[in-house]
Amino acid sequence: MKEINELNFPEDVRYSESHEWVKTAGETAKLGITDYAQDQLGDIVFVELPDVGESFEKGAEYGTVESVKAVSELFMPVSGEIVAVNDALEDSPESVNNTPYSDGWMIEVKLDDPSEPDSLMDKNAYVSTLKG
Amino acid sequence: MRYFPHTPEDITEMLNTVRVKSLEDLFGTIPVDCRRTSDLNLPQALTEWELDHHIDELCGSMAVSPEYKVFMGAGSYEHYIPVSLNHLLSRSEFVTSYTPYQPEMSQGTLQAIFEYQTLTARLLGMEVANASQYDGASALAEAALMAVRISRRKKVAVSRLVHPHYRRVLKTYLAPTDNEIIELPYLPDGTTDLSSLDALDDLAAVVVQSPNFFGCIENLKAIGDKTRAEKTLFIVGFSEPLAYGLMKNPGSQGADIACGEGQSLGIPRSFGGPALGMFATRMPYVRNMPGRLVGQTTDVDGERGFVLTLATREQHIRREKATSNICTNHSLCALASAMYMASLGGSGIKTLALLNYDKSEYLKGALRKAGFSTPFKQSTFNEFVVQFKDGFEKTYERLTAEKIIAGLPLECYYPELPNHYLLCVTETISKQDMDTLVDAVS
Repeated sequence: MKEINELNFPEDVRYSESHEWVKTAGETAKLGITDYAQDQLGDIVFVELPDVGESFEKGAEYGTVESVKAVSELFMPVSGEIVAVNDALEDSPESVNNTPYSDGWMIEVKLDDPSEPDSLMDKNAYVSTLKG
Repeated sequence: MRYFPHTPEDITEMLNTVRVKSLEDLFGTIPVDCRRTSDLNLPQALTEWELDHHIDELCGSMAVSPEYKVFMGAGSYEHYIPVSLNHLLSRSEFVTSYTPYQPEMSQGTLQAIFEYQTLTARLLGMEVANASQYDGASALAEAALMAVRISRRKKVAVSRLVHPHYRRVLKTYLAPTDNEIIELPYLPDGTTDLSSLDALDDLAAVVVQSPNFFGCIENLKAIGDKTRAEKTLFIVGFSEPLAYGLMKNPGSQGADIACGEGQSLGIPRSFGGPALGMFATRMPYVRNMPGRLVGQTTDVDGERGFVLTLATREQHIRREKATSNICTNHSLCALASAMYMASLGGSGIKTLALLNYDKSEYLKGALRKAGFSTPFKQSTFNEFVVQFKDGFEKTYERLTAEKIIAGLPLECYYPELPNHYLLCVTETISKQDMDTLVDAVS
């Protein structure tokens, strides 16, 4: 596993305590797991995602991610309805390891409250929780 | 790996390594009031002679083939077991080894389980089979839970012609959950009434058994066609897998999960156990399958090797989120059935299945000729229901005294069927045995 300062945390996304990132674009947002989360999990071999049209509250479990070490739950950092899922992960789950903030995205949601992501952590706040 | 008991020297060495003085010290963290202080309440140990005598007495109290002619199947079947099986199974590498906790150390065990999985998947016509469950009943209950997980629905429709014991185990499994069991009634021809299925949306699964508890062959394709495009999973249970030597297998009829009892394949009846839960599914569902799974891979030198795969779904890693709270298997029973299937081969299984069918058809015909009714008209495999005359239980008792067990009285499971008996004929029953039975009941 890498040191915190070796990991990548972009400025243009928000972060949750359960290690998800959220990138807002108007009323919708894309989200996935952070570079720290993928590094902790190790080689990811399978991602189980919900169906388009399902709705989840913030904090709800929306899927699972399976690495060679463990299966972990994915939690909603915001509330919303699923409008798209990253089907490409079915064939190339390693995208979550390689490019967690781009090709490794997991779901796109229509936000119940478009301002909800603002309540999440910015890069500096997230990194300081990691350094604890 | 063979099992060797530890010598006192081994134990002392291990205690020294972990730096404790005695075995007792290892339990030091368990609170005193949680520990038993008195000895277990067990009878005096018996000598080998006394124990032999005791077991003989117990055996004498049961009606066991070949002393008795047993026309009772109902989930447990008498088949000839090749002598080679007992010889191979008694090898210490197989018979004394426990679940490999360092699985890859035990390549032989893993390969044997892999062969079992392959043969099971082929017999059932499915894409992947696990390393086995405990028995047919628990396999069926696990299948229902799996369907609930995959479909994210809560209702399971179960045919009343699924083995009554399996249904009870299923009920026990589902009782503490908020899932619901809907019972499907049966038709006058001895198959499941599917007419209510169209009205039942939100179903996690449809569960039928074929051959069913009355021995009748269900119309699996009709259900498979209904569920194919739906989220509802189609679960086919069985208690007599030998039937698939003759009948179309569950996979070819659209089953999503095929599971049931494998005792029939090379495992003695042994007063009801130990048994073998066979469990197979389609690849898209493999991550939701309960139990352990052996996979084939190549090692660093490019050689074929075997591993326990997808273990991240299992309880020791995934705790309460595991696909099942049972992450072991019945290796020795699975091995016996793999040896049995391999010994007979595809054509042997077919020939034996045909022999079972022909013999049971002979008895069915002879009983009809003698004036008894076989109320369910649907085709059967090696079991069928006969309606005897009022007061047959007296005849049944007399026959038992004559060492003939004339089937299973169905009334205790189906109160609406007094005087109905479930009879089974396998290759172990001769024509003479059947003629004797017909004469005796006429």
